[in-house]
Amino acid sequence: MPKRVAYTAKIEFIQILDENGRFDAALAEGGLADEQAVALLEHLILCRHYDEIAFKLQRSGRMGTYPQNKGQEAIAATALAVTRDDWMVPCYRENPALFLHGLPMEHILLHWMGDERGNQIPEGVNVMPISIPIGTHMLHAAGIAWAQRLRQTGNVALTYFGDGATSEGDFHEAMNFATVMRAPCVFLCQNNQWAISVPREKQMASETVAQKGLAYGAECVQVDGNDVYAVYHATKAAVDRARADGTVTLIECLTYRLGDHTTADDARRYRDPKELEAWTKRDPILRLRTHLTAKGLWDDAKEAAAQDAAKERVARVVKNAEGIAKPSTDDIFDYTFATLPDGLRAQKESMRTHSLALEPGQETLRRAEAQHA
Amino acid sequence: MPATAAATDTRTITFREALREAMVGEMRRDERVFLIGEEVAQYNGAYKVSQGMLDEFGPKRIIDTPISESGFSGLALGAAMCGLRPIVEFMSWSFSLVAADQILNNAPKMLYMSGGQWGAPVVFRGNDGAGGQLGSTHSWCVEALYSNVPGLKMAIPSNPADAKGLLTTAIRDDDPVFFLESERMLSDTGPVPEGDYTVPFGAAALRREGTDCTLVSFGRPVNFCLEACDALEADGITCDLLDMRTIRPLDAESIVESLKKTNRIVVVDQSWPFASIASEVIAQVCERAFDWLDAAPRRVNTDDVPTPYAKNLEAAYLPNADKIVAAVRSLLGR
Ligand SMILES: Cc1ncc(C[n+]2csc(CCOP(=O)(O)OP(=O)(O)O)c2C)c(N)n1
Ligand SMILES: [Mg+2]
Repeated sequence: MPKRVAYTAKIEFIQILDENGRFDAALAEGGLADEQAVALLEHLILCRHYDEIAFKLQRSGRMGTYPQNKGQEAIAATALAVTRDDWMVPCYRENPALFLHGLPMEHILLHWMGDERGNQIPEGVNVMPISIPIGTHMLHAAGIAWAQRLRQTGNVALTYFGDGATSEGDFHEAMNFATVMRAPCVFLCQNNQWAISVPREKQMASETVAQKGLAYGAECVQVDGNDVYAVYHATKAAVDRARADGTVTLIECLTYRLGDHTTADDARRYRDPKELEAWTKRDPILRLRTHLTAKGLWDDAKEAAAQDAAKERVARVVKNAEGIAKPSTDDIFDYTFATLPDGLRAQKESMRTHSLALEPGQETLRRAEAQHA
Repeated sequence: MPATAAATDTRTITFREALREAMVGEMRRDERVFLIGEEVAQYNGAYKVSQGMLDEFGPKRIIDTPISESGFSGLALGAAMCGLRPIVEFMSWSFSLVAADQILNNAPKMLYMSGGQWGAPVVFRGNDGAGGQLGSTHSWCVEALYSNVPGLKMAIPSNPADAKGLLTTAIRDDDPVFFLESERMLSDTGPVPEGDYTVPFGAAALRREGTDCTLVSFGRPVNFCLEACDALEADGITCDLLDMRTIRPLDAESIVESLKKTNRIVVVDQSWPFASIASEVIAQVCERAFDWLDAAPRRVNTDDVPTPYAKNLEAAYLPNADKIVAAVRSLLGR
């Protein structure tokens, strides 16, 4: 019997604005409008400043560990490709997208300052809490998408994760479920080349992340993740497909973590400075700024205004976040179950006395009372 | 002090160094031993426990992995079934939850289910317990949950000397051993014998001697108990303090023996109260020595809620010396 080819596939790479400023107008057609691009640049500048201030807050002891987003801001463009009712299911390195989708900027600071209330998402903002266990949230995204399908909301779920996260079984199970169930889900991998100190090629032997979706029958595409136009283009197509008929897409955004893994890391110990230098030139903000300037849509005055506005806004956000009173010990009991069981009520009461520096057994109180009597 | 075999001089080193000495010592002694986990090689360990080990043993024995806890746990189990002696490092035991089937449903049952044919001499080790504002998903105490499973052993040292001796025992052990460390103790220092020695499993250490109450603990809270003992001694209250060192096996004999002297018991355990190790200890005490109790046994656990993230809430939630003192006093009525 002659051999035949059982399966072939190819992965497309999409780039609209390259690092040398070349712009593919044909591919950009119907994509980001000029005023959207300008507003996006202002947002990226704001997010970069926010990131720098967050880093400084950690260094000066005003915040816990923080994972910088620097270099990956183009992910914000995904938020322009969805409606406010679509769901974002994040890990921890996509602040620019979450903010654009309506998450107040205070929340991310609060979270990393070690306050659960950072994850108390305001009503009407369809963003899920940050997820620390790598990969587990992708299954939630598949479930959220399935719920949209059953409820016929017409909404789509977008989930974000890193290159390293694709090594977890949960990634594969989530892709499989979503495609088999035709759950309207878009999988967005920010391949920033590193998972802490592990480079992509030690993480996986496959040439691209995108091709991993082929095995599950998903649409798969790789984009220049530092090109807001390409990120928007691919996400818009994926979201539209998901909304139309539940087609699942895996988008691999090729990008780079310009900062350390978190403030607890020092990437200089394991990364080649030349690599960092090369990627610094591909900075998404730099690229968009150069492009819009060439088009006459951006200039020094606009830049100065954007920088000033960013400083002013971030200062206000920090002030708000730091100004929030410490959480009450009641919180830890009130939010463990939907209604407070009796056992916990008793613990809550004893914690109250403890937090007033009185021992839970109240022995000294009782003794004092006895003496008094 | 631990039983010392070839151990010679004692010097002061960190908990982290003590763990490393045990692994390095065993890897030099036994070619079958290897270390596998996220960031253990090139990065020298997320918490620098394996510092320098890649340089000495090379990438075949100090193995960086993709982020696949289930993957490398299962791989280690397979290697162990073929005669190797893997040490698996979880960055945090919190992340072992995604490997639950391999470590709970496979490793501890392999020998049993194969009628004694396939052993599983794997050491699983990593940080356990609240590391300090890491949030509820990253602050797991797995001891109660995991020790419920027959077929595994579980060690939880409270100081550097035990860390080295217990880990050496763990690596030499023929069964799967769950080895629980604490991020909060890795930089603690203490006297540690040089060279090769083991601390036996199932033998509690009496850290303090007293007559009024028996304190039972393990791991990091032993240190809170020591503090509490100091505070209580200032008021003339003395306690036996038993550091269990291993939970599986559990040295219930020593607990009962002490209780027969003090007639009161407080168990300090940094996990949730429901079905905790503290509950197990008290159940065994009631079964074996009920008539020796002068007062109802007490537990000092965390509150029965997910580990809080905020600093003030996390501190209020964890056991501490004040809570232990209050528990002992309430038993004694003074
Ligand atoms: C289940 C689990 N294992 C390990 C970790 C520790 N950890 C936190 S971030 C990280 C690397 C993630 O890399 P990647 O998915 O590429 O995302 P990036 O940080 O590069 O954005 C690891 C191993 C974790 N949080 N959860
Ligand atoms: Mg990455």
